[in-house]
Amino acid sequence: MNKIEIRKLRFHYSAGEEILSDISLDFDARSTAIIGQNGAGKTTFVKLLKGLLQPVSGDVLIDGINTRDMTVAGLARHVGLVFQNPNDQIFKNKVLDEVMFGPSNIGQSPDEARASALAALQMVGLADKQAENPYDLSLSERKLISIASIVAMHTDIIIFDEPTIAQDHAGKERIKAIIRELAKQGKLVLTIIHDMDFVAETFERTLVFAEGKVLLDGPTREVYGLPGILKQSHLEPPHITQLYNRIGCQGAVLTVEEFIAARRAGTGRPPVSA
Amino acid sequence: MKKITVSGLKYRYPLTEELALKGLSFEIEKGEFIGIIGQNLSGKSTLCQALMGLVPHFYKGGYGGSVWVDGLEVGKAEIHEIAQKVGLVFQNPFTQVSGSKMTVFEELAFGLENLGVAREDMAPRIEHAMELLGIGRFRDRNPFDLSGGQMQRMAIASVIAMEPEIIVLDEPTSQLDPQGAEDVFQAIEALSRRGMTVIMAEHKIEKIARYSDRVLLLHQGEMVAFDTPQQVFSRDDLERYGVVPPVFAQVCKGMGIRNPATGLYPMTLDEACDQVVNWHE
Repeated sequence: MNKIEIRKLRFHYSAGEEILSDISLDFDARSTAIIGQNGAGKTTFVKLLKGLLQPVSGDVLIDGINTRDMTVAGLARHVGLVFQNPNDQIFKNKVLDEVMFGPSNIGQSPDEARASALAALQMVGLADKQAENPYDLSLSERKLISIASIVAMHTDIIIFDEPTIAQDHAGKERIKAIIRELAKQGKLVLTIIHDMDFVAETFERTLVFAEGKVLLDGPTREVYGLPGILKQSHLEPPHITQLYNRIGCQGAVLTVEEFIAARRAGTGRPPVSA
Repeated sequence: MKKITVSGLKYRYPLTEELALKGLSFEIEKGEFIGIIGQNLSGKSTLCQALMGLVPHFYKGGYGGSVWVDGLEVGKAEIHEIAQKVGLVFQNPFTQVSGSKMTVFEELAFGLENLGVAREDMAPRIEHAMELLGIGRFRDRNPFDLSGGQMQRMAIASVIAMEPEIIVLDEPTSQLDPQGAEDVFQAIEALSRRGMTVIMAEHKIEKIARYSDRVLLLHQGEMVAFDTPQQVFSRDDLERYGVVPPVFAQVCKGMGIRNPATGLYPMTLDEACDQVVNWHE
């Protein structure tokens, strides 16, 4: 079953300045990256999924429920959003309290919320920090707390807004592993992101937003195999794909290992992989 | 003459035990483009702030050694004196915005007003900075109605309008789309070519390899290396410092390709392309 269905969605803040125009698409459980130029409508789109904004026309169905028929609080049981900057999300002075806040607010009992929070902290690798003040921890750790806070709510859909900003290599690797784990659990992970290399390594499906429309939608490898359209959208393929194209090969390779394997095989084609 | 001379710089934030900077010494020439890299908590942001005096003047804490910028000793000078030479673009543009201006144009004027720039000189400098960062069409917009990417461009433009001799940038393109980030790097490189000294903390390693003259690698408050990108990213021990070399260097390393002239791994797209095309196993 589709977790999200979008039907002829239109949105503007002020009439005549359309932000999203006639978007129709479905999301299944595949992890999906949303990429696009600044101002392409990505954040607005996500706010519509959370019910923070309502469509001007058209419909958004979350787990079969029309966002027009449900409150933002009700939708919070279905869709979780991890803020771009953890400092904007975190407000409690104890890690465990912060992570229990979400589940407590959507009806989990104190015991359930505690168990959910501890499991979520375990998953992000911060189980030993539960008694600390989030602001005594590093930014990377606060990012993980902000993720755990949403994971603990057991929503079927989790949205990340620019999860790799201000993260170093180790932080990105941890976030990549968390996204893969959530996808393995059958959740839909949707991510707005500008980091093309991270998308190549992490997401099955990629959507390109441009001027309020979905310009491309497909498996990440296919989308990154269309450098001309990406360029029009102020994007670029991952660095490894850029090198692959520059030496005269068509299509996309997504990792350094794939690149080397393709060169060793002496072919211009990327190896077939899932 | 050296533009920046740092000698034995040590710094400890208030209420903490461990030094954030543990005795850094280095020199930077006028017009150089310096990349600062390292994992989180390695001291990148602290060093940026020490170059323009927020460390120690704003944060207080324990301070030792010295930082000289253009003949001025940062630890002893007044912050308004330092601000005439060094501009800092904050990591989070939201915290840089003055909050006291109603339009983007006026926000760019804020720094100039504080420097005492004559009114008739302000407009051309603001226009130029807006044009350089591509934000002219937002000139009448409220700064807080901008998207993250637009606000980040404004934050950079605000500092460029002040025409500092030294510009320090802390992850200045984190919120920009790929082409927007590339545009900003090119604009900053052009300023550096015209003699502005550029110091940039950044995780975008491919960009640092492409644009910086030298790379300063920090780890736990200590300087591990300060050399050309080719030298720094060809080190075998980078992993220990939580840094990965540029993708292009990773490919060449994996294929055993070194630049025949230098013995180092190619770092940039162009360089790697030349070597990979000619590669035969």
